Amino acid sequence: MQVIAKRPETLTAEPFTYCPGCTHGIATRLIAEAIEEHGLINLMAGVAPVGCAVFAYKFFNFDMAEAAHGRAPAVATGMKRGRPNMHIFTYQGDGDLAAIGTAEIVHAANRGEHISIFFINNAIYGMTGGQMAPTTLAGMKTTTSPYGRNPDDIGYPIRMCELLASLVAPYYIERVSLLSPGDILRAKKAVNKAIQYNKEERGFTFIEFISTCPTNWGFDPDKAREWAKENMLPYYKLGVFRDKGEEVQ
Amino acid sequence: MSKILMKGNEAVAEAAIRAGCRLYFAYPITPQSELIEYMAKMMPKVGGTFIQAESEVAAINMVYGAAGVGKRVMTSSSSPGISLKQEGISYMAGAELPAVIVNVQRGGPGLGDIQPAQGDYFQAVKGGGHGDYQLIVLAPCSVQEFADLASDAFDLADKYRNPVMILADGMLGQMMEPVEFKPAKTQEELEALANQHLSWCICPNADGDAKHHHEINSLELDPEILEKHVNKLYEKYAEIEKNEVRYESYNVSDDNEILCVAWGTAARVVKSAINELAVRGKSIGLVRPITCWPYPYEAIASAIGPKVKKVYVFELNSGQMVEDVKIAVNGKVPVDFWGKLGGIVFTPADIQAKLEACF
Repeated sequence: MQVIAKRPETLTAEPFTYCPGCTHGIATRLIAEAIEEHGLINLMAGVAPVGCAVFAYKFFNFDMAEAAHGRAPAVATGMKRGRPNMHIFTYQGDGDLAAIGTAEIVHAANRGEHISIFFINNAIYGMTGGQMAPTTLAGMKTTTSPYGRNPDDIGYPIRMCELLASLVAPYYIERVSLLSPGDILRAKKAVNKAIQYNKEERGFTFIEFISTCPTNWGFDPDKAREWAKENMLPYYKLGVFRDKGEEVQ
Repeated sequence: MSKILMKGNEAVAEAAIRAGCRLYFAYPITPQSELIEYMAKMMPKVGGTFIQAESEVAAINMVYGAAGVGKRVMTSSSSPGISLKQEGISYMAGAELPAVIVNVQRGGPGLGDIQPAQGDYFQAVKGGGHGDYQLIVLAPCSVQEFADLASDAFDLADKYRNPVMILADGMLGQMMEPVEFKPAKTQEELEALANQHLSWCICPNADGDAKHHHEINSLELDPEILEKHVNKLYEKYAEIEKNEVRYESYNVSDDNEILCVAWGTAARVVKSAINELAVRGKSIGLVRPITCWPYPYEAIASAIGPKVKKVYVFELNSGQMVEDVKIAVNGKVPVDFWGKLGGIVFTPADIQAKLEACF
């Protein structure tokens, strides 16, 4: 029998704990594939967040640390500085990275730490049951913005790629989406580039994935993707915000 | 090696480097700033890593990461900063990570002041962060001991895979005294240290049967398994209580009419008062806990001589360690307490007056 698709070696047999139709699983797999394709399974270690991907330390088939909420970039900094011959990434959601962990991500980026950050932006707190995230869109209803997010009261959603691109040190920053097969292929290229730069010790790399949360948005997966295309992509523009590798060439 | 006149803050930093610490993450705060400054100057010279972190919270989480890859790592701060680090300390205790945390205490609560105090005893010894856990807590009373305890702290942290706190104060941090350092670790010893935790830490992998999947983690959603994990921690703590209790007995004898208990800077002052009163024929003993956890309960109980009328506890706080002394004394004799607050260090004359009134 010919095997045409299999689980990458960089993933364990542990079943994903993500909800059906959620795009977390795609992001997790893209990262695992890139690490395998770059032959880094024995030198890679990751940091799992608090949130829907809290069990990421069980999914990746290499050494993993579980960080306190928002602290993954600081933990990754300590790991990379302690074992510089290893390659380190974090996997974080929007509450983790853009609310409680804002200081850690901004300063890890500003130091130009040689780590990769994979950031899932689904505009909501998934794990705790659908509360407002720093990336929740204006007007969007969540359990803690039951009348819709009011920017006059609580501010506008934070665009992390744009914010981090105002810093000098980051090497590579790109926003991709997981909303269509074409977008997923483009996301795969971006993830591969981040891992390649990580392998080559180029500097700080950051990929934001525009993602869906069918469970807490209250849509089926198809409707969730359509909703994200119509509502998230106009505010969170896809594209490369920084690529020092391309500038050099 | 000859003695060097040094501030406690610098001496503990130098001793940590000599003990093989090559990673240090911290945030500036008075009265421990000489420590972070010393590390900023010296770490690059020994090929180590120094990062001035964006916050105390980030610093302790960098420590979590570096301890997670199995390397000797330290952070330091003073009371308000140590409060901020409690989250990370609880996670490190849960994930069983070895690291050294120095607290150069100052007056509190809140922003308090920048004078020496001992108000963080409860925080260090009874918890501080959330959940059931213990730190090993070492309390020096001189610059020499501050330095000596640095290498002991790393050894204990590595031996038990547990965070260790050195609980000093602004007096010990700022004061200059002659100090003699242990020899620095040799290259061979440093390599052995770097590899001592490979069985569990995050480290490069191998293919085939040698492949590992190490997790640095304090999360366990299954209550039965979490209970087992915490029970395992407490088995380790029982082992520490059995093996690592340290204290100094000063002038303890069957002639003692008063037994004092004091720790750190407070104990220095009490010793002066005891010496002064000994000249006048008054016999007073002192037990000075060096490990505030594990606490020398038995040592205190057995130091209560036949003539002892009272156990007198002196602290630079409102009465914290005195609770442990009461547990140790267990009603055998009365326990009295006197302390100073606001970052005021009592004088030998203060203590002398308090002790004289007992006769």
